[in-house]
Amino acid sequence: MAASRHLLDYPRFLGRLLWMSTDGSWRFYTWMTVLSAIALVGANAYAHQLAEGMALTGMSDHVSWGLYIANFTFGVGLAAGAVMMVIPAYLYHDHEMHDVTLIGELLAVAAIFVCLLFIVVDMGHPERAWHLIPGIGRFNWPISMLTWDVVVLNGYLLINLHICGYLIYMRFLGRKPRKQWYLPFVFLSIFWAISIHSVTAFLYSGLGGRPFWNSALLAPRFIASAFITGPAFVIVLLQAIRRFTGLPIGEGPLRTLMSVMRVTVLLNLFMLGSELFTAFYTGGTHATAVRYLFFGSHGHHALVPWIWTAVALNIASAVVVHLPATRRHVWLLNLACALAFAGVWIEKGMGLIIPGFVPSTLHELVEYVPTVTEWKITAGIWAFGLMVLTVAVKVALPVLSGQLAASHAGHGEENPEAKQAT
Amino acid sequence: MSDTVSRRTVMKGVGATLGAAAFAHAMAPLTEWTQDLSVDQFLQKHYKELTRDELTRVLVHLKEETKRKYGRDVDIQALPPQEGVSFAYALNLSICIGCRKCAEACHQENNHDRRTGNSYIRVLEMEQGSLDLEHGNANYDHPVPAEGKYYLPVQCHQCDNAPCVKVCPVQATWKEPDGIVVVDYNWCIGCRYCEAACPYHARRFNWAKPEIPPEEINPDQGYLSNRIRPQGVVEKCTFCLHRTRAGRLPACLEACPTGARVFGNLLDPKSPIRWVLENKRVFVLKEELGTRPRFFYFFDK
Ligand code: SF4
Ligand code: SF4
Repeated sequence: MAASRHLLDYPRFLGRLLWMSTDGSWRFYTWMTVLSAIALVGANAYAHQLAEGMALTGMSDHVSWGLYIANFTFGVGLAAGAVMMVIPAYLYHDHEMHDVTLIGELLAVAAIFVCLLFIVVDMGHPERAWHLIPGIGRFNWPISMLTWDVVVLNGYLLINLHICGYLIYMRFLGRKPRKQWYLPFVFLSIFWAISIHSVTAFLYSGLGGRPFWNSALLAPRFIASAFITGPAFVIVLLQAIRRFTGLPIGEGPLRTLMSVMRVTVLLNLFMLGSELFTAFYTGGTHATAVRYLFFGSHGHHALVPWIWTAVALNIASAVVVHLPATRRHVWLLNLACALAFAGVWIEKGMGLIIPGFVPSTLHELVEYVPTVTEWKITAGIWAFGLMVLTVAVKVALPVLSGQLAASHAGHGEENPEAKQAT
Repeated sequence: MSDTVSRRTVMKGVGATLGAAAFAHAMAPLTEWTQDLSVDQFLQKHYKELTRDELTRVLVHLKEETKRKYGRDVDIQALPPQEGVSFAYALNLSICIGCRKCAEACHQENNHDRRTGNSYIRVLEMEQGSLDLEHGNANYDHPVPAEGKYYLPVQCHQCDNAPCVKVCPVQATWKEPDGIVVVDYNWCIGCRYCEAACPYHARRFNWAKPEIPPEEINPDQGYLSNRIRPQGVVEKCTFCLHRTRAGRLPACLEACPTGARVFGNLLDPKSPIRWVLENKRVFVLKEELGTRPRFFYFFDK
């Protein structure tokens, strides 16, 4: 019985979502217009880069990855971290968290889109991406770590799309979601979140010729920082949702996320300290890149301001998030989130990717400074990611709160209690 | 009520149209990019999967393309590796004077971009008595050889356990049976993971379309070696396989004024490379990484 009905309901559901995604207040339109403008600037810069070549970037044969891969790496952390909220909700049965886990999953979806776009704009020949399709291309699996990344990122996207899509669709139909259709996937997504960030770390730590990355601590550090950025972003996002949609979001989730951050900011700083100890006390080739990063080397110090800013931001966020007053004043919590977010963005970006290349494998010091083209494309991709997130949250929430449901009779009767659930 | 709905619908229509127009405008530079993109090339299979016929067609196509883009008639061949041949290279650090004639010859032989003055060879000026690359300098600009220095030319080591081959997600780079690591420029997606993985700074990316005046183009070209590379792909030293597979010597060796370079077939007991390996104390760079290079260094004493 159900299958034929879904054939009708599902397109109707998608159509309604699409229509709704373009409906909104003047605030919504302004926000989306601003984001589209930024995204268009990025798209234009990208079109130029594609036509004229990647010489428009600040990268070189010495520093062959730059801002794009830096942002990609950070984005993977954000995607992984977003789903970490699922842990308190499902593993520890924190029921207040249930309502907001979906938000985390939507964020993960948007973040993965961002990551994939950063990969695409970093490719010399994006139109040849089909070479990566197993079967028709020549997928170098399981030897190349990059193929692992392709697998886990796309898998993660599908898992999260399934969970979000299923839950929202069921609410739309006014039915109770069936546990076996989403719970296994929720647990899978937790495991998978860790895998996307570990594999991304292995991408770098597997390169023997790059001593700066060749550290077993890289993957744990990635996971720790994912546990910072995910919660930090969601804390701010939840408040924005509460403010603009009037949806009742309790203090509970905010508090839980804050507790997570309290641990992870310290853990992150501790691991940074451990790395610095090994580098400076032991010396060796690993130390050369670290010295360049923190103090500059032979008159080159493009990264020094970046990394000290990152360290300062990370320490400041650790202090603020531990202040007793932060429990009472939400603006302090938001401040801590903003500091942590920016700190990790630099640390996992400019502070991680670029020093892997400076000095180069033959110990030449060639510095990297991103060009305007790179900044435009980067801003464009993040703007696009925010658009995806805005639309996703916007269409998901009314369904969840029961404002939007399948309008024909029958479904509601099947499951009358579902309607009142929210 | 219905009034506001229809007004809203109209607004959405206007918004969508404006958005589409703005997007089209933003992407306009792409027309230039798509002009360079032919369907044949887009659908071309991996080098190893091309049949003889298909390969012939690809080569004809490439020659026409070179004529169209660079205004020069060239010959592009796809010489296969020879049976019973395994190439290796050795370099005598005692007599290399750091003149960089090899790098220059490489630049011309391999049709490198003139604007960047690219070459597959980097020559490092090193402190006498130290092998520490940290004290090397690739950008020296004074008469050579300088007092208290020696010179260390570095190019692709054609590693037997090549990190670059391992990391390539699409197998656009691989090791040929004669020991040479090659790139299919028509298959590479330009991710530059191999460039990050190579411990010898041996790979180069085509950040823009290479510029070469027609009269300077070397017309003797190979599909896997010195044909003019497309923008957006990675390239590297191939021991001049278009020459060496035809029984000639690499261009860098021919250009070396001191005879510091030795090249040959490892499987031939009478080859000069075998003599060096058997009679000299040879070493390789960064042995600890386990890359197993086929490029050896030695000193006379
Ligand atoms: S030297 Fe570099 S490019 Fe050449 S085979 Fe070794 S890893 Fe690959
Ligand atoms: S740049 Fe090309 S050859 Fe190098 S890893 Fe990427 S696809 Fe392979």
